[in-house]
Amino acid sequence: MATNFVIEGLKATIDNKEILKGINLSMKGGEIHAIMGPNGTGKSTLASALMGHPKYEVTEGTVTLDGEDVLEMEVDERARAGLFLAMQYPSEITGVTNSDFLRSAINARREEGKEISLIKFIRQMEGSMKELDMNAEFAHRYLNEGFSGGEKKRNEILQMLLLEPKLVILDEIDSGLDIDALKIVANGVNKMRNEDRGFLIITHYQRLLDYITPDYVHVMMQGRIVKSGGPELAARLEAEGYDWVKEELGITDETVGQEA
Amino acid sequence: MTLQTILPLNLEALKSLSQQKNEPAWLTENRLKALELASKLELPKPEKTKIDKWDLSDYGTYQAPVKVATLDELPPLISALVEGNESDNLIVQKDSGAIFSSLSDELKAQGVIFTDLETAAREHEELVKPYLTTVVAPDEHQLTALNAAMWNGGAFLYVPKNVEVNIPVQAIFLTENAGATFAPRILVVADTNSSVTYVDNYISSGDDVRVHNGVVEIVAKAGAKVRYATVHQFGGSTTDMSYRRAITENDASIEWIIGEMNDGNTVTDTATVLKGNGSTSDAKIIAVGSGSQRLNYTTKAVHFGKDTTSQMITRAVMRESANAIINGITKIEHGATRSNGEQTEKVLMLSPKARGDANPILLIDEDDVMAGHAASVGQVNPEQVHYLMSRGITRPEAERLIIYGFLAPVVSDIPLERLQTRLQELVERKLGQ
Ligand SMILES: Nc1ncnc2c1ncn2[C@@H]1O[C@H](COP(=O)(O)OP(=O)(O)OP(=O)(O)O)[C@@H](O)[C@H]1O
Ligand SMILES: [Mg+2]
Repeated sequence: MATNFVIEGLKATIDNKEILKGINLSMKGGEIHAIMGPNGTGKSTLASALMGHPKYEVTEGTVTLDGEDVLEMEVDERARAGLFLAMQYPSEITGVTNSDFLRSAINARREEGKEISLIKFIRQMEGSMKELDMNAEFAHRYLNEGFSGGEKKRNEILQMLLLEPKLVILDEIDSGLDIDALKIVANGVNKMRNEDRGFLIITHYQRLLDYITPDYVHVMMQGRIVKSGGPELAARLEAEGYDWVKEELGITDETVGQEA
Repeated sequence: MTLQTILPLNLEALKSLSQQKNEPAWLTENRLKALELASKLELPKPEKTKIDKWDLSDYGTYQAPVKVATLDELPPLISALVEGNESDNLIVQKDSGAIFSSLSDELKAQGVIFTDLETAAREHEELVKPYLTTVVAPDEHQLTALNAAMWNGGAFLYVPKNVEVNIPVQAIFLTENAGATFAPRILVVADTNSSVTYVDNYISSGDDVRVHNGVVEIVAKAGAKVRYATVHQFGGSTTDMSYRRAITENDASIEWIIGEMNDGNTVTDTATVLKGNGSTSDAKIIAVGSGSQRLNYTTKAVHFGKDTTSQMITRAVMRESANAIINGITKIEHGATRSNGEQTEKVLMLSPKARGDANPILLIDEDDVMAGHAASVGQVNPEQVHYLMSRGITRPEAERLIIYGFLAPVVSDIPLERLQTRLQELVERKLGQ
């Protein structure tokens, strides 16, 4: 069954302040959706709420992945159901090596007694690291500790490659990446692209979308998706900025909580 | 006002016990003096831990050990700790004295002495007398005085000049009968340019209340390298009071590796006196507290020599309602120029009732030095748990990874693989996994 991911009327608060004000979005396997929008308009909040970050409280709406209620699931259950979020600011965890972490994550998806063999795991990990042009030493470093901004992003993509999720959310995966790394990361995504897998890509720049062509582009403002279109929308935003969208919609301040 | 402490035994009893054991006169004298001191000295005052409320009177009485001839006769609790050829160089104490002792021909041929301290005092006076009770002085406080008076069994390790002992020698101390006095004392003398690794384990069985009053003295002569590893895993009915000191001469080095894995109340104090120029001290302490344990761990480095270096790291995980006070004291004396002392104490608390308190102290009487400290007390970071869970890892597994990760930088630095694994297992046991 091709992946089907549906968000309906999603509202979420943080510290009792409503950030998401009713998000509607429907995605199918094989599709790539880009979300753009000025700073502070709720893009990361959407990603975090979907993943189940404890700071965000969902107050209304539904989210389903292949018909299953995502919002009912614990964070780890969501991940095992196929959700993956490459975070804007991944955590650093001292003492836990990248490879131990990756192996635990892979084994979490397997039944007890059917854990991945060490040899197979190492082969997979090293293969994927090579694709991402990551030095082998990153396997033995502590998780994200002391990683540069770009290295952290690459490490997020490494996890995506190894965990083979159904629905991938990339939150500003392109920020902090040099041109070469951007191409490498985009290649990783394109390689993962198939009929069963959907991508929701949050970005500020057309640059990434030059390498990963989206099927749909959505603009977020004030905690809502205010405009949707095809790849040409991203190109226009890159060229002209957001003013024309605001004008069209009569928005003066696009950030959350500033609506008239 | 003179303080009159009720002592666990009187001078007459101590004297006749010492004579009964055929101890040399100097030792009997030494013990009697210490006992007299004990009656006048107060208990130590570990920072922020009120031990005067602790029951430290249950020393029991001396009960002559029953020696065993072969390993097979050792209690299973002990043989479980001995693997492969570790029995070649091994001392085992049960309750009041040594029950087993071995030293390989190879080490004997090199002039190494490894035996219980009582035997050493009788047979190697020239090597024991000059050092015994000089590193941990009886007059520090009542407990060091009491150990100096009452110590039994114990271990003595001597490594001659230029001799490098390549395999660790091991000792195991078991308190089984709570009615028996259990007060081992360890003396290590590493002669000029020698090197050695000593590993010991402290274990207990039974539920009756008792006290372990232990003392460790280490003398590292010029250029000597001593690695001292110890794992304490007493059960909840044993109160552990342990005082460990090393003195380093010129260019000597001491490395402490300490696993504080007891289930009972504990005060330990581990110090290095960096006397000689260019000498170094490195202390790594891993601790896990559980239940309602009251714990007080102190590490200390006192720099006298020039160009001396000390490093102290304590990592403690506290669960349930365990309470740990962790003190680090770096003292650099006037004249110890170009010395460098670093210390870190970190506590991870796993429950709202667990407590941790880290007290780093730098006492510097010299300008031309470097010194630094870092301390932190915190809980498992929920962002980190979330990050791991967002990759499909369950909450318990995520927490486990983070807790082990907290200890890992120290554990993975332990140069003895077997000890690493054992500590790992003990940590797991203490964390209830
Ligand atoms: N604890 C909080 N209390 C109040 N407001 C908050 C809190 N946390 C976040 N916000 C606000 O929520 C809004 C949305 O933040 P979010 O991180 O989702 O924005 P974003 O669209 O991802 O922005 P950027 O492009 O800069 O990454 C911001 O205005 C932010 O200040
Ligand atoms: Mg954001």
